[in-house]
Amino acid sequence: MMARLVRAAQDPIGPLAPTRITLTVDGEPVEGVLGQTLAGVMLSADTVAWRSTSFRDKPRGAFCGIGVCFDCLVVVNGQRDVRACQRRAAPGDVVEFHRDMPLSTPEERP
Amino acid sequence: MTEVLVIGSGPAGLAAACAARALGRRVVLLDASDYVGGQYWRHLPPERPARREAVLHHGWSRFQAMSQALERDPLCEIVTSAHVWAIDAGRVHVMVGEADGAGREARTYAAAAVVFATGAFDRALPIPGWDLPGVFTAGGAQALAKGERVAVGQRVVVAGSGPFLLPVASSLVQAGSTVVGVYEASHLAHLARQWTARPWQLLATPAKLLELAHYASVHVKNRIPYATGRAVTAIHGGQRVESVTISAIDETWRPIPGGDVVVAADAVCLGHGFTPRVELPIAAGCRLDARRFVQVDEHQRTSVAAFYAAGEITGIGGVDLSLSEGTIAGHMAAGGHLEDRALRDARARRDALRSFAERLERAHRIGENWTDWLSDETIVCRCEEVSVGRLRSVAETSRSSGLRSLKLQSRAGLGACQGRMCGRSVETILAAAAPGGHLIDESTTDRRPIATPIRLAELAFGNDKSVEK
Amino acid sequence: MDVTIVDRGPAAGGTSAAGEGNLLVSDKGPGAELELAKYSLDLWRSLVGSLEDELGSAFAPVEYDPKGGVVAASSASDAEALFRFAEAQRGVGVDARTLSVAEALALEPELSPAIAAAVFYPHDAQVQPAVASEALLASARAAGTRVLTGTAITGALRDSGGRLIGVTTTNGSISADDVVVAAGPWSGDVARLLGGVLHVGPRKGLLLVTTRMAHRVLHKVYDTSYVGAVQSDSSALQTSSVIESTAAGTVLIGSSRQDVGFDDRIDVAVLRAIAANAIRLMPFLADAMVMRAYGGFRPFSRDHLPIIGPDLDVPGLWYATGHEGAGIGLAPATAELLTALLLGEPTSIAVEAFLPGRASLVGTA
Repeated sequence: MMARLVRAAQDPIGPLAPTRITLTVDGEPVEGVLGQTLAGVMLSADTVAWRSTSFRDKPRGAFCGIGVCFDCLVVVNGQRDVRACQRRAAPGDVVEFHRDMPLSTPEERP
Repeated sequence: MTEVLVIGSGPAGLAAACAARALGRRVVLLDASDYVGGQYWRHLPPERPARREAVLHHGWSRFQAMSQALERDPLCEIVTSAHVWAIDAGRVHVMVGEADGAGREARTYAAAAVVFATGAFDRALPIPGWDLPGVFTAGGAQALAKGERVAVGQRVVVAGSGPFLLPVASSLVQAGSTVVGVYEASHLAHLARQWTARPWQLLATPAKLLELAHYASVHVKNRIPYATGRAVTAIHGGQRVESVTISAIDETWRPIPGGDVVVAADAVCLGHGFTPRVELPIAAGCRLDARRFVQVDEHQRTSVAAFYAAGEITGIGGVDLSLSEGTIAGHMAAGGHLEDRALRDARARRDALRSFAERLERAHRIGENWTDWLSDETIVCRCEEVSVGRLRSVAETSRSSGLRSLKLQSRAGLGACQGRMCGRSVETILAAAAPGGHLIDESTTDRRPIATPIRLAELAFGNDKSVEK
Repeated sequence: MDVTIVDRGPAAGGTSAAGEGNLLVSDKGPGAELELAKYSLDLWRSLVGSLEDELGSAFAPVEYDPKGGVVAASSASDAEALFRFAEAQRGVGVDARTLSVAEALALEPELSPAIAAAVFYPHDAQVQPAVASEALLASARAAGTRVLTGTAITGALRDSGGRLIGVTTTNGSISADDVVVAAGPWSGDVARLLGGVLHVGPRKGLLLVTTRMAHRVLHKVYDTSYVGAVQSDSSALQTSSVIESTAAGTVLIGSSRQDVGFDDRIDVAVLRAIAANAIRLMPFLADAMVMRAYGGFRPFSRDHLPIIGPDLDVPGLWYATGHEGAGIGLAPATAELLTALLLGEPTSIAVEAFLPGRASLVGTA
């Protein structure tokens, strides 16, 4: 595990018992903690990429973490263009990954 | 009626709201997050209580005192999840509801005075591989550590420039990560020159020194290697970060041949200074200064009557300066006078801290030859995946010296983030490739009349009935 | 001819960078402008290929897309008017195909099924206007044209008899036998510096841009009020729908027309009206995320026709301006007409309606 949630027992802040929630991420059930953002839930599961870029089909996930870079966009309950680092996870949320077809503009292509 | 509208609830915004309330004005405090505190006091939401959250923060008691006083105050309305998306004719247009939601509540405020306290975000310079998953901005990694208790990696490299890298490394350590090293691009000799040029000025800001001393002690205790004159110049990996190249760089940030080391890491945190969030002040018509921060006078007034600004949007200076500026801005926006007793401390602190901030900025400013670590393939605009080579090619083939045209030719800065991440780097690279080495239009990448995205239906059907006069 | 282009800013920095890049016949009724448009669209078709051949693949793509336009009517009476308009256009050789609702939805599936009827114009097309301008400029440069950007006109050079023999600029004087003002909505100001009187004003327009999405808008899609607005004399705010996808996957949503001088601020009430019109026409857009709004100024003349040709009172002064929202589309034909006039050669189509001295431009000052 690389990206992960700080383990409660080792956390200097002494977290109290969290409320567990379950959501569906890319078709799989994923457990999270009430109060996490969607990015927090996914990073806690060491999922660091959840979007493919439109032109070069590269993996992307969180980058700025504060809602500025728009790299972490996901589809939530059918709605596109939601910043995963800004949206709180709600029990039962269905999160899908933006996998745009690479667009065929005449721009530079690898 | 709203007498003072404060946009942003970080240190500057909270201080502004408190100062305006102290003069008896009705205050509305807006923040896009679902709780107050801003990036500096980013903390866990109420759903995740903890016994000792204060250990993650500086000035936590000050934060709690301000936020609790405002929360208890019936004449201060705190509106969280408030997304300010436009300002026209002095009116502030807001959607209230979840981030990037739909059908949010539309509100429009026409306040007697407005205080902008919208803060800043980390600037990350483009680096080959910086678009790999596992690369974060330094502030992003810290926000995830403090606001989510997420450690972004096991072995983390922190790189960039400025004293802010130190608290980021501390936050990472507190989240259980191993910080492989903190790589400060500025040279020690350069830092020393800037810091000791007028040593008496440091005496005016003891709190700053204490804060830095604290971070330094955390670093010593945790044996975090700290190196100056070093930069991450390439990030490697297939689907995510696996290693980074750390280069020795000269004082202009040009990599020195033979000075590369490759280090294994699973996350990288980059912070090459900050970019102020100026789209709302620009939309309101406020002038920027030569450094492209919001221009304010000693009253914290912008160039537009009744609009004030405080905190990092007026210059990067840290929390104490933000608090002082916020206090002055809130007091003045509420109709106070600069000579009022209530401002005496804040003014003295502001003036001392500003010179401290200017020295920090000089010490850590971006070296002009950072572009030497780019290759033609390096992505600059992350959203539209525009490479360095593409930027140079449109400039060379069209021989244009217009930013607008070059953006439209390359699509740099036209994607979802609207140039927030790449804008200033795009400008630098295009200017260097343009005839004569500079761009000639007045346009910059800072202008974003739609300050945060809005669903078309929200735009269409959000009515203005809630305008307060 | 020996040509120098002078621009106070960078090239393509004003109106050319602020529009949608419309190459349209659909919004023009029978008359001189439609003839100019038909001719110009023919020129564009061949021009795009020759520009690409000349400039090579390193040059940014002009994004020429002959996608066709669909004009939708929302009520039975609008449909009747639209069909009459299309019939008149067919009478002068425009390919304008009337569509039932079912046919329209087959062609453009996201159109509101509540529309009454539509007309399809296969010859409507689109370019990226700033890139197209830069491509034309690069081609001109390759043919020997001198380009001076960042250079503003400050006045006229005259001989001892008072005849215009060039211009003074912020970067020195330039002598010329002929001076052509093609400064869009700022043309009147430049003409005045050179002794001419030209009534061209700015008509502000705002556009919305969505985030990238899969292509769901296949043609240029307008409502019938667009045609009315283009030809309108009203100075009050007008909004009408124009919706189209770009090559990068964003959707451009217009449009508005407002006579407010050169005030470039974004007006939320105008954005709301544009958004509401678009959702009425293509309901799926309700959920689309708007990430940008931008505006620009169309150069409009009193009779809404371009102004192409000599200033009769100032020998040596010429105009190519006043195309309102159609400048990109009409540019190649305008250039050809102007060149023929400068050389004293016959023009390929009638030019009388566009001459600066025409009756509809004078006498109302």
